[in-house]
Parts: sequence; structure tokens; C-alpha cells
Amino acid sequence: MKAVKVKENFYWVGAIDWNVRNFHGYSTFRGTTYNAYLLIDEKVVLFDTVKHGFEEELLKRISSVIGPERIDYLVINHIEPDHAGGFAKIVDVIKPEKIFLTKNARLGILAHFHKEDYPFEEVKTGTSVKVGKRTLTFIETPMIHWPDSMMTYIPEERILVSQDAFGAHYATSQRFDDEVDECELIQEARKYYANIVYPYSPQVNKLLKTVKDMNLQIEMICPDHGVIWRKNPEKIVSLYERWSSFTCDPKVLILYDTMWKSTEKMAYAVMEGVFEEGVPVKMCKLSVTDWTELMADVLEARGLVLGSPTLNNGLLPTVSGFLTYMKGLRPRGKVGAAFGSYGWSGEAVKLLNQYLQEIQAEIVHEGIKAKYVPDEKVLFECMELGKAVARKVKELCSA
Amino acid sequence: MKKYKCNVCGYVYDPEVGDPSQNIPPGTPFEQLPDSWTCPVCGASKDDFSPEE
Repeated sequence: MKAVKVKENFYWVGAIDWNVRNFHGYSTFRGTTYNAYLLIDEKVVLFDTVKHGFEEELLKRISSVIGPERIDYLVINHIEPDHAGGFAKIVDVIKPEKIFLTKNARLGILAHFHKEDYPFEEVKTGTSVKVGKRTLTFIETPMIHWPDSMMTYIPEERILVSQDAFGAHYATSQRFDDEVDECELIQEARKYYANIVYPYSPQVNKLLKTVKDMNLQIEMICPDHGVIWRKNPEKIVSLYERWSSFTCDPKVLILYDTMWKSTEKMAYAVMEGVFEEGVPVKMCKLSVTDWTELMADVLEARGLVLGSPTLNNGLLPTVSGFLTYMKGLRPRGKVGAAFGSYGWSGEAVKLLNQYLQEIQAEIVHEGIKAKYVPDEKVLFECMELGKAVARKVKELCSA
Repeated sequence: MKKYKCNVCGYVYDPEVGDPSQNIPPGTPFEQLPDSWTCPVCGASKDDFSPEE
């Protein structure tokens, strides 16, 4: 296990987690990597560590270039356990002279490891540290995506070490964007944004403006997961601009589940309506759809139509579970409506509309309830609901 | 009117601006925000705010 040269005297020394499939609930179907970087100048600098259990891999890769004990500075860009889980063990080995981190990161490390006698040095946006020929310039990025988060820019190399931002859960033997399948990479980057970064879109938007105002020249973006953007860093930056401004495609998702197929019949009628208006539509039955994958679709679709039967005066748990997850990720700029069958009380449509209100979606139809089994008249109304959503989606996407 | 900063994420509540995301009109002092109001960035509660120096 060796280091991978990124530029002269700058190496990738992280770990590859090929087989992780459930990353705190995030379905990592392609595994992931915990990236760490090594800069060799008059001072030797390590950027981030790895998840606990991968420390040996990190140390082996560092050792292929330089003795780990020769590291002078450790930069902690983000304290989450997949990057700082190995912190205590690595610090014991490398005994750094200084550890650079934000104030929130220092407090966070303390709350993880409950030990204070580390050589911490707090930094703020604009703090610069000369390490020889090169400089480390820190940029605080609170809530992208934790309070402690920051990035490090190396102006002489035009490298941005961006921690989780611009990352992807994507395990590959190759380390660069131009060495992997672009479709797979973008798919994983989109999924990562939708499930990790999405709630903090306003902060991302602001950060991208700051980076433009600072006129940072970026030749390479080195994130903490997935591959390094060296061929085309503008690509991921422009995608982040798109996603953080809630730009969507003219597309409708029908997110539903069913008990005795009544709500499913309604879902198919809604789908027909959307399709007749010439808008792409996707059926997503929540009992058989992976939540993490689905969020990537939610990110880019303008229309969300929600369907659930009423079960014990509430929603089907498969529906309410996903909607709770989705609500926390704060989608914005959506158009929506709701439908569902019921037997006696019929609260589902009201509850679904509440979820739509909570994500500030524009509700274009009051919703449709069907007692037990929908008849032709109800199915016709469902089709009309689908058409109404599709028309609004077209109107907003062409504006 | 005093600005208040979120101790968790650094968001600053500016009474001149209010918080449109939670229907708080401009000109609402921090003290008059409802107890159910939360930081629009990280979701921390009102108790997690300190007056800005």
C-alpha cells in the first residue's frame, strides 16, 4: 500500500473501504474512501486522518514516502469519525508539533476524545501558515456540513483540500476524475450532495460566491471521499452551483406506497396524467426503493407527488419514514400534490400535504382521497392532478 | 437592536432582516422571537444564541 503522487511533494495517503455498504444509513453501493493528503515542504503536513480501523493503511501509505514521525503539522478540516476516528492513534504515532483546526473542531475533538493536552492551534478564515515554499490558507465553512468544517487552500499549488464538499462515496483503485467512468462519478457526487450537503445549500451558495470574490485559482480539488478533481474541477463546482441554487429538471417523481393496491392504482393514474403533458415521470414505491438513491432523484426533480393510504389514522411507515428523512434534507423549489385511499378516517392526504408545506413546496391541488377502491371517476381526477402538477412544472422550468 | 450569533454554527440573527424562512418580519428583536424559533442554518434552539460583541 503506497502513497499516490498528486503533484510534486503532494500525495494521497488515504484508505479505501471497498466493502462498506451502510454508512450511517447511507447506502454506499460502491464503497468509499477516506482521503488524507501529505505535503512535503520544510514542514511536513498531513491533512486529515481516516476512519478508526484504517490507521494502519494510512501509516503504510505515508511510510512509502516519509517516516510518519517526521510529520510536523496535522490539519483537521473535519472532525466526523470517518476522518478523525483515527485521530488519537495517529497523533500518538506522529506526535505533531501543531494541529490546525477551527474553534468548533477543537471543542468537537474534545467531546469525542475527552482529552485536552493536544498541541492545538485554532485558525480562522484567512489565517495563513508558511510551511516552506508553500502556504496553508484556511477557509472556515461552518455547516458544510458540520459546525467544525473548514477547507485548506495551498495557493502555490492551486490546490483546495475541501474535506467532505465535492466528495463522493466511490471506492476505486484510481485516484483522479479522468481515470474513472464519468457517469458513475457524477452519479455518486449527486447522491452525496443530496444526502449530505443538501440542507446547507444556502451556505454552499455563499461559499461559492466567496471563492469567486477571493479569486482563488483552483487547479485541483482534493475532497475527503472519492476521487481528486484534476481534469475538470469546474465541472463539480458548476454542479454545486446548480444544486445549491435548487435548479431542477422538468421531471416528476411519484413517491408512494400501497396496502391493497388502491393507492397504487391512483399512482398510475397520476403518472398517466403527467406523461400526457409530456413531462418525464418516475414511479417510486417506497417499500422497495432505496432512500439514499431516491434522494438523488429528489434533488433534481421539480415535481413531487406523494401517495399513501391511511393506516391507523396515519401514514404508512414506509412513506412517513422517507418523508421524515427527506424533510431533514430541506429540499426547496418543489411543486407538489398528494393522494391516497382510505377505509374509514382518511387522514393521509392531510398529513402528506403537511410534509409538502414543511418543505415549502407549492401545492397545486388540494389532494385526492378514494374510499377503499378508486372508481373511474376518481382515477380520472388523479390523472387531472398529474396534469396540473406537470403543467406547473413545465411553467416553472421554462421561466 | 442587538444581533445574536448561533454558538453552534455561527449564523447571525439580524433583527433588521428578520428570518423570512420562518416568517419573522424585519424589525423583530431577538427577544421577541417565539420559543419555537430555531437557527435557520443548523436548527439549534434560541438558548444556543449569544449577543454579538
